[in-house]
Amino acid sequence: METLPPGAWLPIAFALLMALSMLLYAMLDGFDLGVGVLLRRTPEEAERDRMIASIGPFWDANETWLVLGVGLLLVAFPAAHGMILTALYLPVALMLAALILRGVAFEFRAKAPEGQKPRWDMAFQAGSVLAAFSQGWMLGSYILGFAEGWGALVFSVLVGLIVVAGYTLIGACWLVWRTEGALQARAAAWARGALYATWGGVLVISAATPLASPRIFERWFDFPEVLGLAPIPLATGALFLLLHIFLRRFPRADHALDWVPFAATCAIFALCFQGLAYSFWPYIVPERLTIFEAAAAPESLLIILVGAGLVLPVIGLYTAVIWRVFGGKARELKYD
Amino acid sequence: MDPVLLARIQFAANISFHILFPTITIALGWLLLFFKLRFNATRDEAWMEAYRFWVKVFALSFALGVVSGLTMSFQFGTNWPGFMERVGNIAGPLLAYEVVTAFFLEASFLAIMLFGYRRVPDWLHTLATVLVAVGTSLSAFWILVLNSWMHTPAGYEIRDGVAHATDWFAIVFNPSMPYRLAHMLLASGLTAAFLIAGLSAWRWLRGDRAPGVLKALRTGVVLGAVLIPAQILAGDLHGLNTLKHQPQKVAAMEGVWETERGAALRLFAIPDEANRTNRFEIAIPNMASLILTHEWEGEVRGLNEFIGEHPPVAPVFYAFRVMVGVGVLMLLVGWWGALALRRGRAPGRWLARALVAMTFSGWVATLAGWYVTEIGRQPWLVTGILRTGEAAGPVPAATIGVSLALYLAIYAVLLAAYIGTLYHLAARGGRAGEEVRTGPFRPQPQPAE
Repeated sequence: METLPPGAWLPIAFALLMALSMLLYAMLDGFDLGVGVLLRRTPEEAERDRMIASIGPFWDANETWLVLGVGLLLVAFPAAHGMILTALYLPVALMLAALILRGVAFEFRAKAPEGQKPRWDMAFQAGSVLAAFSQGWMLGSYILGFAEGWGALVFSVLVGLIVVAGYTLIGACWLVWRTEGALQARAAAWARGALYATWGGVLVISAATPLASPRIFERWFDFPEVLGLAPIPLATGALFLLLHIFLRRFPRADHALDWVPFAATCAIFALCFQGLAYSFWPYIVPERLTIFEAAAAPESLLIILVGAGLVLPVIGLYTAVIWRVFGGKARELKYD
Repeated sequence: MDPVLLARIQFAANISFHILFPTITIALGWLLLFFKLRFNATRDEAWMEAYRFWVKVFALSFALGVVSGLTMSFQFGTNWPGFMERVGNIAGPLLAYEVVTAFFLEASFLAIMLFGYRRVPDWLHTLATVLVAVGTSLSAFWILVLNSWMHTPAGYEIRDGVAHATDWFAIVFNPSMPYRLAHMLLASGLTAAFLIAGLSAWRWLRGDRAPGVLKALRTGVVLGAVLIPAQILAGDLHGLNTLKHQPQKVAAMEGVWETERGAALRLFAIPDEANRTNRFEIAIPNMASLILTHEWEGEVRGLNEFIGEHPPVAPVFYAFRVMVGVGVLMLLVGWWGALALRRGRAPGRWLARALVAMTFSGWVATLAGWYVTEIGRQPWLVTGILRTGEAAGPVPAATIGVSLALYLAIYAVLLAAYIGTLYHLAARGGRAGEEVRTGPFRPQPQPAE
């Protein structure tokens, strides 16, 4: 391994923090967006309400991880922030518009005149699909180092669709965990459909990424590293297999293991994320800028790290409180 | 079209849309706490009824604030990459502190505040209300620290063309921060006060006599009447602070072209930047000097001392008059209302109508005020450090134009939907026992738990 420049621990710490926020975002808002993608798959209004109720107490805080992730990119790696976001201008604009629609539809569908509810449901679903798709588009474009041309566009669109499938999977698994009865049975069926799409998608990205960059190819297939890395794809495959078998058993008589599909999907997300992170390390803008070149001044990074170190455990603590208060099967959400 | 101008219009559209909602929620959070505490103390259901109605408005406004605020955090990068490259060492930590100290707090406890009433002990529900209110105010604090620093930078040095922090205390408590923060928090208080009074008056006029309506109406009117003189004082102090640090902005606000002693207060004029003069001026002699320097013959520096370094005059000049004009209306209506409602009297028809007319006056004044201060900062993005044009990115005009059209369309729809929904909620607010979050209750087959 190449030697690191002195004082490198600060950019590394921030890269880890940023990666953690992005991963948490993908899991947490991933299930919100997935539920949104699925919202109109059921014709029953009561079931839609229940689906929304299952994510209602969480989505606000979940979306905050995106703010933190992009915020850390902004504050810790200012040079990369400008480069990445100007390169991704259109998908970012699309994602923001979509997240706006999704976020406000939460409130409007419940508060606007009754006749408008179907329209806000539509906005909710469209916003969720578009947000997931544009995030995948960004990921695809990032993997190719912001290359331009038709091939790159096709790949980005493909990754966009794969991310929609992945979020649908985690959203459906969330519903398996948080709902019961007929809705849970539907959710398990949805999850199976999304599972195979995600499975195929992960294979496509895993094959395409090393082909797109010789550097990444070396990273993965050099001996002896390949031995140490093998558990990542193997574990991912095992988890997919587990989901394939386990999801067929729903609805189950008891609810003790309802959380398993969701946890397995989270683990898949984490493994894929780890694989991507390993591929790009130490670059923050692929092939152009490393985290060390892009980092902000050490004294500024230090003051953020102190604050984050003090506050993040507290955030973890009260997030745990909220998850406890709103734990278990989703119930009707009421203001009083 | 010029991409920098388009990028500015896009950012301005975004931030203008965004600020509407925090302006409501910052103060409304504390008002909800007030309703809750009054209920805890008196056990009068009317307070809880007011709480339940306004918590819905809070939830709706909060959601709109969150999604439009998210947009802004990205637009720093998409529209102004040069901003973070030049001053990221200072702006970065301030924004990071906002996210970790305030944003997570409000977003998390909002869930308990909204849906936790029957799930958690009452003290925890009250605590959640406190924490959400603290979170929104803390959020405002960090953002105004950064904004003020961009107007009056302090505590930094430039090394290799990049700003580095030397004194965080000086950065946070930079010269204009206390004034701007006070001015904005009071603006939020007034916006929420007139919104509550206006919407309640609308319900009252429609014959809605639910006990919470009058309670909310009275709270709004009294709050407005109390805050408006404080705001006028804070605004005056803020103006003096601006005169000291950004005299060219004050010159544009007052429409003063030549430096003069005993400057007149221009009540109305049409600034003519091409000929560097005002047309159709109506002015009160010496009054501007008296207000700005607190001396009859005090000197006010004119725009001609800052050629090439001062903002476009007309928008600043007009926006300032809109803000002050709305402030005067607030003073008149607020005090009239407080007088008319004294000792438990009910509002008359004309007062109620006036309050309805003033429902969104806080928005108008707040937007006008921000236009004064933000356009008034031009051509600088960060005074003396970074010009707006230097911060722009390489994105072509057509791309910005397309996304601008997208944003504007969404904002227009959402604003209409927001206001429509407020009145829809108000119209059915009087009907007791209604649940709005998940629509009408419909029994569904479910296994027993």
